[in-house]
Amino acid sequence: MTDRLLAGLHGRGPITLDRHRAIHGPLPDAGPDLIATVEAAGLRGRGGGGFPAAVKLAAVAEARRRPVVVVNGTEGEPMSAKDRALMRHTPHLVLDGAISAARAVGARDVLVAAPPDSAAVLAGALSERGELGSRHTPRITLTASAVGYVAGEETAVLAHLEGRPPLPRVTPPRPAQSGFRGRPTLVQNVETLAHLGLIARHGAAWFREAGTAARPGTMLVTVSGAVRAPGVHEVPVGTSLPEVLDRAGGATEPPTAFLVGGYFGAWVRPDAVGLALDDAVLRAHGAAVGAGVVVALGASSCPVAETARLATYLAAESAGQCGPCFNGLPAIAAVVERFATARTVRGDGERLTRWIDMVKRRGACAHPDGFARMLETATRVFRDDFEEHARTGRCARCHADPVLLLPRPARAAATA
Amino acid sequence: MTPRRTSVPDAPPAEELVVDPIACTGHGLCAELFPERVALDDWGYPMIHGSVSPDLHEHAVRAVKACPALALKLHRAR
Repeated sequence: MTDRLLAGLHGRGPITLDRHRAIHGPLPDAGPDLIATVEAAGLRGRGGGGFPAAVKLAAVAEARRRPVVVVNGTEGEPMSAKDRALMRHTPHLVLDGAISAARAVGARDVLVAAPPDSAAVLAGALSERGELGSRHTPRITLTASAVGYVAGEETAVLAHLEGRPPLPRVTPPRPAQSGFRGRPTLVQNVETLAHLGLIARHGAAWFREAGTAARPGTMLVTVSGAVRAPGVHEVPVGTSLPEVLDRAGGATEPPTAFLVGGYFGAWVRPDAVGLALDDAVLRAHGAAVGAGVVVALGASSCPVAETARLATYLAAESAGQCGPCFNGLPAIAAVVERFATARTVRGDGERLTRWIDMVKRRGACAHPDGFARMLETATRVFRDDFEEHARTGRCARCHADPVLLLPRPARAAATA
Repeated sequence: MTPRRTSVPDAPPAEELVVDPIACTGHGLCAELFPERVALDDWGYPMIHGSVSPDLHEHAVRAVKACPALALKLHRAR
């Protein structure tokens, strides 16, 4: 067991400030020196992109204007629950990370975007602390995050905090150069900041005691699907997939595939040798650790039906701004649906491959790229199932309960 | 002894055509005017292939200026 972020969790409400200090000790103020420590620790962003945290910190710290820190707790990925788990159970660790980041880059303002229930817990934690807004402690403002798959993309979060629709914008400029109201802005995922709160206390060498040399530390995984104990678990980066399943109580039935990373991630075969939550290993399978999502698809589920539903959901979650995305994704999802129901028309096989390739790198954000990655790996891993469905249509497994959760599209929910 | 390096004048820099995918509404004039580097996808939106060498500079500029959505830009290659 390597519980760092989840240390001392008892599952009965959030950890109080007194208890938090007893578990983790006082939070030192290293100021800008923390950036070098984070660089030595090798911490990477845990929101999905895996970008080195120190590079962002340094870019924001070097900017001329006074920067802003944004805590991204949006977690638009339906199969991920780790950020909400941190905010609800150990809110003070998240606040410590945000405060440390603000001190490191010289920010006076921290803006938190979090789902209402998580924001309420953070508000309670803030009220336990009295000293906020002083010279060494930033002001922290809580905002209810927007709903939707792409609402967690960092420029969409900034748009939301500025009072506009939560839509991604074209980059550059990156938020580090021009973010919230044009100010240099550090946008970090909740889990990334929680790690920062521990690195500030224990240093780089301690952080590297877990994980691999290239990807140090622990990470939170949200395991779901055909496992006995689905939920959020903390494991060292590089943990093998079988071990991850063990942490989640083991499989309830033989898995046919894993979805790794998130809905923008990749399907991998369970029989692939040496599978581990390590980008160096997963790269060979077209996959990445992403947001730490692992879905075990059991043998009783239909991979074609699951993939078709997921493609339709992701197509509907396009922000609707970029032509190749809002035209291409629904068109591709329709082809997948035709495969699932044995209604393919001449050329659909070639069309599917060509269109998946055609939408890559064509959007302002990475939504079409993630959609393409998921489908490319699905059609490879489930090739036989797709071919069988194209011949015979719906199978008995098609009627099994869906494994992949598909929230109602944000726009439909807003108008309902 | 290594021979003295003869100085070669730098080749003129290539440029990159960049589409702003949010601004682009798929008029397609760029592909009409500059088929050497712009093709349209199946939905009528431009796909750029290759960088713009100096001999194509004028064609690229014409396509950029013709874009009704101001979505096409010509950047110095990095």
